[in-house]
Amino acid sequence: MKNKGLIITGLIVFFVIATIPFWYNVFSGTKAKTPELVYTDKAKAAKVCVESTDYMKTEHMQLLDLWRDAVVRKAERTYVNSSGKTFDMSLTNTCLDCHANKAEFCDRCHDYSSVRPYCWDCHNTKENN
Amino acid sequence: MESNRRAFLKIAGITAAGITVAPVLTRFTASAEDTARKGGAPSSSGKTMRGSEALAARHWGMVIDTRQFTSAADLEPIIEACHKVHNVPAFETDLETPFFSADKNRHEIKWIWEDEFKHVFPDAENKYLAQRLAELPFLALCNHCENPPCVRACPTRATFQREDGIVMMDFHRCIGCRFCMAACPYGSRSFNFRDPREGLKETNIAFPTRMKGVVEKCNFCAERLAKGQLPACVEASNGAILFGDLDDPASEVRRALEENFTIRRKPSLGTEPSVYYIV
Repeated sequence: MKNKGLIITGLIVFFVIATIPFWYNVFSGTKAKTPELVYTDKAKAAKVCVESTDYMKTEHMQLLDLWRDAVVRKAERTYVNSSGKTFDMSLTNTCLDCHANKAEFCDRCHDYSSVRPYCWDCHNTKENN
Repeated sequence: MESNRRAFLKIAGITAAGITVAPVLTRFTASAEDTARKGGAPSSSGKTMRGSEALAARHWGMVIDTRQFTSAADLEPIIEACHKVHNVPAFETDLETPFFSADKNRHEIKWIWEDEFKHVFPDAENKYLAQRLAELPFLALCNHCENPPCVRACPTRATFQREDGIVMMDFHRCIGCRFCMAACPYGSRSFNFRDPREGLKETNIAFPTRMKGVVEKCNFCAERLAKGQLPACVEASNGAILFGDLDDPASEVRRALEENFTIRRKPSLGTEPSVYYIV
């Protein structure tokens, strides 16, 4: 291999430059920014959502999909959760009743993970009135 | 393996790279690991069901007693009540052609509206019609047909017939193709050419609006029936509109149908409307 020294040095330099963001984070000790959610007083008082917090964090979209089909297509509007409590299946009237602060609750995570749910094109929030 | 300087340096180099890269990778994949540690998403054992206060019927139907109306002013509060509770927009001027008043209603959204006898009942139209009928405005709305042509036309099943006879729209599924509008012989369906929120003076937060690009129509107040309330137009009509189960011979609507001569819109088409008119 000709120019061995040059090639290997070049590769090392490339590797270091390409991975600089990772090295920077490791040595400066900064952590990735995670969105901070604001809970309204009502949400704090209720302590637990329709299901457990872990479930809601990861699966709320599946739950909302289930609710949507049940309400619109099966005319079933009452949800009985795993601990037997009943809820009216409504995005605006139930979810947003506690989480009235869409901008500080829904939007923060959605913006962070770059998802753009179009629920709000039709479903009302307190803000759009 | 023969141990020499060259092999030792190679292994040492790889080990050093591994040691320094490992913490970076752990940090990089931390969020994925967190989820894995919880053993995937917890499942829900929740159930869905009908509310206990919901009104139920085998076949919802409506009887409109037109003898109790004398002018358009009588119909106005009924239309108003419906449009208010369902966030039905009113577009007063057309943005594209603001100077042509004939185009004013191009973007009109109709759930319940008024029209003349000859338009509402073209089958029953006569050359010499009783003056009262010729001048009286009639209420028109979705007939919630037993054989709904709109449901057959819908390619996405966004429009469907419920077990209780209500022909419903699932706006989540509507792609705005307007086949249903072409199929409906009663003009009961409207397309949202514009964002309906532009045409709303006030919004009823509890009921969703629609978005640009979907078709909408009367839903027989399915959301009110689920809460045990009668449709908004029935409530606002002071008894001129009756609502009930057409399959129940003892119901109010069936008694009204037995006692009065009633007509339906375009019965010759075989759609079997569920809205009857006492004339």
